[in-house]
Amino acid sequence: MNFDFSDDQKQMRDAARKFLAEQCPPKAVREVLDGKAAYDKKLWQGLAEMGFLGVAIPEEFGGAGAGHLELCVIAEEMGRANAPVPFSSTVYLAAEALLLAGSDAQKRKWLPKIASGEAIGTLALFEGKGNPSPKAIKLQASGGTLSGVKKPVPDGAIADFAVVAARTGSSGRDSDISLFLIDLKAGGVEAKSLTNVDPTRGQAELTFKNAKAEPLGAAGEGWSILTQVLDRAAVLLAFEQVGGSDRALEMGRDYALDRIAFGRPIGSFQAVKHILADMYVSATLARSNCYYGAWALSTNASELPEAAAAARISATQAFQHCSKNNIQVHGGMGFTWEFDCHMYYRRANTTALTLGSLSYWEDQLIDRMRKKNAA
Amino acid sequence: MNFDDTPQEAEFRATARKWIEANAPKQYEAELSKSSLGRIRLEKEEIVDVGKAWQKKKAEGGWACLHWPKEYGGRGATPIEKVIWQQEEGVYGKLTQPFQIGEGMCGPTVMAFGSEEHKRHYLPKLASGEHIWCQLFSEPAGGSDVAGLRTRAEKQGDNWIVNGQKIWTSGAHYSDYGLLITRTDPNVPKHKGLTMFFLDMKSKGVEVRPIKQANGMQEFNEVYFTDVVIPDSQRLGAVGDGWNVSLTTLMNERMSIGSRLATGVPEMFEFCSNLMLEDGLAIDDPAVRSKLASWAVKSNGLKYTSYRAISSLSKGERPGPENSIGKLVSGMMLQDIAAYAMDLQGAAGALTGADEEMVHGQFQQMLLSSPSMRIAGGTDEILRNIIAERVLGLPGDIRVDKDVPFNKIPTKGR
Repeated sequence: MNFDFSDDQKQMRDAARKFLAEQCPPKAVREVLDGKAAYDKKLWQGLAEMGFLGVAIPEEFGGAGAGHLELCVIAEEMGRANAPVPFSSTVYLAAEALLLAGSDAQKRKWLPKIASGEAIGTLALFEGKGNPSPKAIKLQASGGTLSGVKKPVPDGAIADFAVVAARTGSSGRDSDISLFLIDLKAGGVEAKSLTNVDPTRGQAELTFKNAKAEPLGAAGEGWSILTQVLDRAAVLLAFEQVGGSDRALEMGRDYALDRIAFGRPIGSFQAVKHILADMYVSATLARSNCYYGAWALSTNASELPEAAAAARISATQAFQHCSKNNIQVHGGMGFTWEFDCHMYYRRANTTALTLGSLSYWEDQLIDRMRKKNAA
Repeated sequence: MNFDDTPQEAEFRATARKWIEANAPKQYEAELSKSSLGRIRLEKEEIVDVGKAWQKKKAEGGWACLHWPKEYGGRGATPIEKVIWQQEEGVYGKLTQPFQIGEGMCGPTVMAFGSEEHKRHYLPKLASGEHIWCQLFSEPAGGSDVAGLRTRAEKQGDNWIVNGQKIWTSGAHYSDYGLLITRTDPNVPKHKGLTMFFLDMKSKGVEVRPIKQANGMQEFNEVYFTDVVIPDSQRLGAVGDGWNVSLTTLMNERMSIGSRLATGVPEMFEFCSNLMLEDGLAIDDPAVRSKLASWAVKSNGLKYTSYRAISSLSKGERPGPENSIGKLVSGMMLQDIAAYAMDLQGAAGALTGADEEMVHGQFQQMLLSSPSMRIAGGTDEILRNIIAERVLGLPGDIRVDKDVPFNKIPTKGR
């Protein structure tokens, strides 16, 4: 059994960690947090130069052609650094959708631009409140144009193109949904930035008015492709969440070692130790679930749907748990704008929602476990 | 990443599987498969008798305590081979319950501190199940605070005279030998005045009394010592060095990778899939699904955490500290699952045994037994301290009794 990343993959993780420690210190994250920029453009170009944006994109489409295990270790570091760039929307959602369902021409058009940092992509799925569901998709597609409103769309205001889930039928079945690919700079789409809990990751409302779009994948296959894209993104995002959990745990641990109260480091009090021990437990469970997800993702295993849901749930719980308790260990200082704790708290609680919330993935997991047990 | 054996591992697995196929006591397979929670019981026979027969057979075939050196009754196997053996032994591994303390704790301590003569004499008989060993550490005044123990051993010529009491001793009633930690000097700080011995449990002055537990069962014992004579040759480690010797024992306790910790999740999943509530099956209820999903990912998390440790062993590396979370997570989960399974049954959830119609009181029994999972072998709180101090590197607790002579430590709270 070799249920671990290879030495090469671990080296890539170390390289990503070193790069992000230099290029993405908390100070850089704060530029975006404070509204001075929509995202960190310099970091985005740096990630392209390091080959991280196209790590799982085949060489023929301008990527490094490494694979998804490599992407997992980079995702972990992106989460650890709280990087304020449209990595998850471009790489986990848009690129994965193109790789799964794109025509050769579509792949040739967009994937090299993703890898080089020239194009930001996203997935426009949600239309207001609610979790992923074919019923919730009202945006209409007819005659090669889209009309309707999508929100929230991650990084929608800075994206160059989007994969859009649209209604092409009214039978009440999943086959009513089709995917489209749209150049957001070609007119017909209005983007409006929305305020949100984590300003280091933008959210937008996209209004489509007879906007020209081309089909992505076969008509009526939209929901099926989307489900696969969400599963793949769930594993990758879970690695970001694990990276964030570990960082929040380290911050709490370091503070507990340094901070003196009642004449002793607060980390010598059992009440504080036990908080940190529980953070370690949740982060460890999440990491192990994520490794299984990584295996399933990288091998396209039939276990992927179940493994993805488990990784997503476990990592969501861990990041929320670790980031809130990191603030608790810091006490009053943890509640200041100046300390970085809130940046992880914000990220944890928005990442928890972005692919559908915890209850959605819990539902998915139980359905998938039943399906397996029945088989 | 892959879950495959290396060629050597695959060969070892095939050999083990073949031997088990030819030798395992198959008549108990169904019964053993069913008993997944708490202590194992067989309908018609004593688990100790059936276990002894299986252990003896394994020893004859070279499969007992297989990670021990051959000269002491083992096979000289690697850690990963031991894990593979456990996987292959499967349900029959449940029969090894009476020997686990001997194999996991007492044996390794004798191996580290015993004389060569003792090792050759005692260890092969421990390995073959001929002798069962127990561990005599906990006391009424020293549970989590083991070093607070009060059982006295006083030197008299070439012997030691032991007086005192131990408690929570699993298997003392069927054990042949015991690993015993005593206080030999009460005038020095508590960790410094301890000495380790082993003794024949049939020695004069040893009295074993079963403890009736909160769940109505009797698995633990009190053991009383009245002027028990132990020859100095049965001392393990130096006089006053018992604490360090005990750390070897406890370290081995926590080394058990891939051990079979029940979580209750498969049972709960099946239960919810069959339980009809007012509005349909329990598993279709959103609240039930949410809880089930959370438990399932914890249970999976433990499984894949052990896979990570196994992978380290397979590469010949030392596993990381991740496995320290196992008992902490599974103990709490068992208790929560039991209570929730009863909650779903409404007032009828109070019924036990055959009066509970769905699974014969499985969860009710689990509820009553689960508190011990969170206490035995290190309480949840001690385990959190261990994670915080040894894994996260936080400072040790400030101990008011550390540098005080043992006999000056207060013994009453108020």
